[in-house]
Amino acid sequence: MKLRTSALATATALGLALTGMAWAEPVEDTLTIETDDGQITMVTTAPAPAHLSDVMDTIYSGWHFRDAETRAMQMDDFDNPGMVFVDRGLDAWNAALGKNGESCAGCHQSPESMAGLRAVVPRVDEKTGKLMLMEDYINSCVTERMGLEAWGMTSKSMKDMLALISFQSRGMTVNVATDGAAAPYWEKGREIYYTRYGQLELACANCHEDNYGNYIRSDHLSQGQINGFPVYRLKNAGILSAQQRLIGCVRDTRAETFKAGSDELKALELYVASRGNGLSVEGVSVRN
Amino acid sequence: MAKDVKPRVKVPKSAAVGEVITLKTLISHPMESGQRKNADGSLIPRSIINRFTCELNGVMVIDVTLEPAVSTNPYIEFEARVDAAGDFKFTWYDDDGSVYEDVKPIVIA
Repeated sequence: MKLRTSALATATALGLALTGMAWAEPVEDTLTIETDDGQITMVTTAPAPAHLSDVMDTIYSGWHFRDAETRAMQMDDFDNPGMVFVDRGLDAWNAALGKNGESCAGCHQSPESMAGLRAVVPRVDEKTGKLMLMEDYINSCVTERMGLEAWGMTSKSMKDMLALISFQSRGMTVNVATDGAAAPYWEKGREIYYTRYGQLELACANCHEDNYGNYIRSDHLSQGQINGFPVYRLKNAGILSAQQRLIGCVRDTRAETFKAGSDELKALELYVASRGNGLSVEGVSVRN
Repeated sequence: MAKDVKPRVKVPKSAAVGEVITLKTLISHPMESGQRKNADGSLIPRSIINRFTCELNGVMVIDVTLEPAVSTNPYIEFEARVDAAGDFKFTWYDDDGSVYEDVKPIVIA
């Protein structure tokens, strides 16, 4: 009889332990990156922006939800494979790509002139009143100033350039506008965020607001912050843009997805970016 | 020449005589294994970097044979003892005959 009791006790203890494992808090760690110009420390946890005050107190970069090895890769610029794509972007920046030999450098001088842009896009363009992703700004240069066909939203050239330009804002604080001209787009993005899609009937919020920290199969759910985009994704051995990530998430709900650069995904990117207002721009980060 | 190949190396700027330093290298390369098939079912030809070497002042530090199982963008980290100032020469050999090179100097501190 005594034996049975102890066996039962063991089973209960084991059961509790297993339940405990299903919940894993974001890892407590500090993201300090070794760069060519010394160390920089990122803000990876911050008080939630005011518009999220009802749903969460603290926002966490996706970096806190990844494995120790993956986190370490981002802590040294040389170990971060995304930097290869930054270098490639730099080559393209200086190359005479345009119809008449125009280059990015010809108008914008060095890429450092783009510092700060990543922190505030998507934003509404003052002249046209349209919501612009960084991809849209790049394509307006490619078509209007260089006289070329627009680059594909998720093409290699586009993503190399995204990597280069985002890298210039690394360490700056994400601060996208949600009011004024951006308000209607932001509202639309918010509506999409809370709308259930696909055969699985999942909204962004179901995973990234209600269940961050939990596991969905073997994947540790983050808050879905996009301050680290574009990311080097180990699974793809390549750069992934925020638009591609949004498509991937909608696809995972078994829905017909929106297209990259569609009005829906542009609005959603703005809204999701605004949920990360206060975190550092990490691009180019490393994720699994 | 395979497209978008870009070597990167990280070498400390200086070292003491006899010091063992860590060298890191990364080259962007698709490392197509030759085992995969395309949409038509025909084999995608193998295209990998098959050899990597590092020399210090003409003396071989490391000479590596790479096989098709090595993943894309191969990263190689190793150590070397520095007895005199000079140049580290890094060389990658592609299946298609291309050779990619990088040179980094090191001084004695």
